[in-house]
Amino acid sequence: MERNLTHIALFAALIAVLGLIPKIDLAAGVPITAQSLGIMLCGTVLGAKRGALAVLLFLALVAAGLPLLSGGRGGIGVFASPSVGFLVGFPFAAFVAGWVMERTTLSPAVAATAASVIGGIGVLYVFGIVGMSVMLDKTLPEAAFLAGAFLPGDAVKAVIAGLVTQSLSRMRPASLLSRA
Amino acid sequence: MLTLTSPVETWAHRLPAGAKLAALAVATTSLFAMDTPLTLASALGATLVLILTGGPGFALAGLRLLRPLWPFIVIVGLWHLWIRDPSGGAVILMRMVTAVGLANFVTMTTRLSDMLAVIERLARPLAHVGLSPRKLAIAFALVIRFIPVMLDRLEQIGASWRARSPRRPRWRVLVPATLAALDDADRTAEALRARGGAG
Repeated sequence: MERNLTHIALFAALIAVLGLIPKIDLAAGVPITAQSLGIMLCGTVLGAKRGALAVLLFLALVAAGLPLLSGGRGGIGVFASPSVGFLVGFPFAAFVAGWVMERTTLSPAVAATAASVIGGIGVLYVFGIVGMSVMLDKTLPEAAFLAGAFLPGDAVKAVIAGLVTQSLSRMRPASLLSRA
Repeated sequence: MLTLTSPVETWAHRLPAGAKLAALAVATTSLFAMDTPLTLASALGATLVLILTGGPGFALAGLRLLRPLWPFIVIVGLWHLWIRDPSGGAVILMRMVTAVGLANFVTMTTRLSDMLAVIERLARPLAHVGLSPRKLAIAFALVIRFIPVMLDRLEQIGASWRARSPRRPRWRVLVPATLAALDDADRTAEALRARGGAG
């Protein structure tokens, strides 16, 4: 009971912290923020339901006025900006990543990478692209072209999410609540 | 931790948060119904005037909050110049800047605690599915408390990495950071239970 609550809250904090660390530190030379990595980890570590709730909690605090999105963005304004689709997609991405993780019996590294690609890229981009196409009055292919700029970084993050999840499962198998 | 609420007290700080949010919802909806450059230009002008009523310091902070929009302005602007539809581009961009500017105005003039109170009030019906207002309040407090704790720890993990290795830490620091978050969650759960539970 309390454990569910604290896991959700601590992972919401983790998403925020990952958005605050400097861009370049994560992978050699690729300037990516780790925020969507946090979304992926919520799904692969906490599982579908808790992962999605952690993301919703994070978004509620962003909407309430904390500058927790990467680049120090926050407030209600970000929900009126063209990238709103990605924000709406975040909880769905975590849910799907967690769902994939829960449903497969593959090794944690493979399962978590696949879950991150399906949830954190596939599902997230559908929301993000539709959002940009509505907000900027562009066709879906045009919006998809814009979103494509983030694809290499997100692919790296999916692999990192897989590696982190695998390390966690090796160090402490019980810590993967998505597989509990 | 710093919030986006402006320290410059304006007249709008004194309005109730719920009323400001409701007005914002109405304004944003009507923005998306406007589609001529003239109406949108007047909406943008009105928003700028609204932000300027907070004084120069407030207005500067408001403009700074619009900075993340510049890539969209450049891309959409160039695109619409390329397809020779400048007025279509102007409509899209003015709508975007106005909508974000208005929303930022509400954020800047509303204290975090008031905003969280609105969210807690809106979430009250969820008590039926097990999300009591008390749980939500505890969750908000835990996140706000643990963000600086986790930042500090990430710093320490990075420092101990650098003490051991000439290479940069990169993603590997995320493993102990995530493990520490899981441990903190367990201990906080115990502490909560010892103090009567989350309800």
